[in-house]
Amino acid sequence: MEQGPAGGSAAAAAAGTGGLLLPLSESEQQRYSELFSRCCPPPEAAAGGSSVGELFRASQLPADTLHQITEVCGAKRVGYFGPTQFYIALKLIAAAQSGFPVRIESIKNELPLPQFVALKNDSEVRYGTPAELHGVKFQVPHTSLEKNSYKRTDEGDKQEPKSPPMSPICSPPASPSTYQRVPLSYGYGKSRSGLEQQHGAPYEVRHTTHQPDGPSSGNYGAKPALACSTLNRSLSGEREQQDSNAHYSDDPWRITEEQRDYYINQFRSLQPDLNSFISGSVAKNFFTKSKLPIPELSHIWELSDVDCDGALTLPEFCAAFHLVVARKNGYQLPETLPETLVPEYLQAASLKPMRDCALFDSYSESLPGGQQTRDFSRTETAAEEVPDSSALLQDGKKDDKQALKVSTDLKTIPKEFQHLTVKTAAQESNTLKARPRSRSYSSTSIEDAMKKGEEPPTPPPRPQKSHSRASSLDLNKIFQQNAQAVRSGWLPPPPPALPPRPSLSQTEQVSEVELHPQMNRPPSQAEENSSAKKEVVIAQPPSKPARRKLRTETQGLETPELSPTISVTSSLPAVKPHLPVQKQSSKQKRAIQTAIRKNKEANAVLARLNSELQQQLKEVHKERIALETQLEQLRPVTVL
Amino acid sequence: MSKFPKMNYPLYIRSIPTENELKFHYTVHTSLDVVDEKISAMGKALVDQRELYLGLLYPTEDYKVYGYVTNSKVKFVMVVDSSNTALRDNEIRSMFRKLHNSYTDIMCNPFYNPGDRINSRAFDNMVNSMMMQVC
Repeated sequence: MEQGPAGGSAAAAAAGTGGLLLPLSESEQQRYSELFSRCCPPPEAAAGGSSVGELFRASQLPADTLHQITEVCGAKRVGYFGPTQFYIALKLIAAAQSGFPVRIESIKNELPLPQFVALKNDSEVRYGTPAELHGVKFQVPHTSLEKNSYKRTDEGDKQEPKSPPMSPICSPPASPSTYQRVPLSYGYGKSRSGLEQQHGAPYEVRHTTHQPDGPSSGNYGAKPALACSTLNRSLSGEREQQDSNAHYSDDPWRITEEQRDYYINQFRSLQPDLNSFISGSVAKNFFTKSKLPIPELSHIWELSDVDCDGALTLPEFCAAFHLVVARKNGYQLPETLPETLVPEYLQAASLKPMRDCALFDSYSESLPGGQQTRDFSRTETAAEEVPDSSALLQDGKKDDKQALKVSTDLKTIPKEFQHLTVKTAAQESNTLKARPRSRSYSSTSIEDAMKKGEEPPTPPPRPQKSHSRASSLDLNKIFQQNAQAVRSGWLPPPPPALPPRPSLSQTEQVSEVELHPQMNRPPSQAEENSSAKKEVVIAQPPSKPARRKLRTETQGLETPELSPTISVTSSLPAVKPHLPVQKQSSKQKRAIQTAIRKNKEANAVLARLNSELQQQLKEVHKERIALETQLEQLRPVTVL
Repeated sequence: MSKFPKMNYPLYIRSIPTENELKFHYTVHTSLDVVDEKISAMGKALVDQRELYLGLLYPTEDYKVYGYVTNSKVKFVMVVDSSNTALRDNEIRSMFRKLHNSYTDIMCNPFYNPGDRINSRAFDNMVNSMMMQVC
């Protein structure tokens, strides 16, 4: 049974090498076919690049050799590892390990089987996140198109994964993920000069958080960690997971979590309110930066703007961005929007994953009066699915009252909102919390605040701390968004009427909580920004008592308006600080550091703004004086 | 069928699989004069839903030319074989309405500059399907 396909493959190998007959002994045939089937899930005809790469690296050959092997076996040429290429590659690996040069001729000899170290890592690779397999898909056409960049990225990558030791079981999933994602980032960087650094930066930031944290950082780590443990137990799980991953890897139009996060960040940088649209001109400028030709961009727009209103909602934007990304990686644009990119699908998909941004989506979708019934059912299911991380639960206990109050204050929330379970309300309040925190940290937040007309309500800043810091990934995204906003300098110079930002005044903070849309938004936003910053500055010493103090402080700030809720919530922090503090201290330290950085950037921007505004003020004064003198000169004439 | 903007240059021309495309171009251009006449004659009422132009008949073949003008002076001209008598006025109107809708969808695209040639695949598909229906 193994002989048959192996024999056929050997013949194919012979044909593939242009008449070169590759004698494969029986043991070799068995081995190669086994390895091939391991690297190549059954439905596909070609081996996945990531598993192949992993296998090659397991052979412990230097990177150059592996390059040569890849070239010689023809995978570069055809762009994938078919059975032919794979067998030749294995032969070459064996040759190289025996000390022979990597040539076609060398594999004519009798060679021992190629040795692969820690082979069980190979099967773990398959359990990598769909993002990796997506990286495969993107990488494969990418290599066929741009060999230079492939080589460059490959060399860069292979050194990276080689440095972390392969022996720990959970690190290999991390290294192929870097292997895959750095090519992604390089691919983006190469073809999108405008957004280059920004693309590289988010991926690199993710690497640094991902690798050291391992299983503790976000979903990526969690999934391989889970996969490691499950793999070691049963092989029957293999097939199923292979199928599901194969399903993911087959579909380049499926948006992975990482990509979704990235797109949401970009959306947020263009339009901080996740709930509303990106206008056509803004989107046009943004997508033009990707340097795709205009007709293609036009086509992408046509595909993604489903309701044809000239504006992109968040799912539409994700779809458009995904299409741009796919095009950049060499995929031809489809004639119609793939199912996985249709906005309804994206809205549904965005509710399932257990991330803050997903909560943003669900919250943002629950805000407008439009399609609420549908979304609420989804938010409820999402609420149930989301695992109760400690932060969520605690915040939930602490804030459900507030959330309910907030929700009742919200004028746009339909009645169904109040029927939501406490859990859902808690999560939505968390999204509320997390979002204004992101706003406060975006450096151009003041301009954003100026522009937004229908922002979602901003809850009191206090609850932000424990929740949003709980996920460092969230902050990293915020940081990237911040950095991008700073670098790109999208927003125009501030409007001249920047209101003064006096010291924290409780009334104004409270007014935010009141959530009156008619409120003077700029002062409230500015207040919130300054207050949030001040609180972060206060909270910077990462000691536990300081944190407790902060909570009580912020609670005190909200006292006037929320007296009923405060009485409830003030009792709760006493219980809580133990749990969040212990579990999140390290994360919070990191979060605090990033917060410090962000604050510094924000400070710099604000200082600039301040100086500009003062100059404008001076000019206006001068004009006023000039006009007054003119008036004086004219007045005696008229009076007399 | 073809469409022209204010300056009367074609944004889009598509003809059914019969040949003589050049003749159609000529026909369409000449019909523009008539359309302009109608527009100026209408005065207040700007949106001319349709215009039945039976006058231009060639000795060898006869065909009808229909016109439609939008509020932004974009003209749609449709040339139909007279032998195809199954086409009723309502159908022509609905076709023009569909054309107009597709045109507005194109306009929503920020990458499209008004006055450019129309390269939209969606628009092409719609037009093709319409023409297939008729022929």
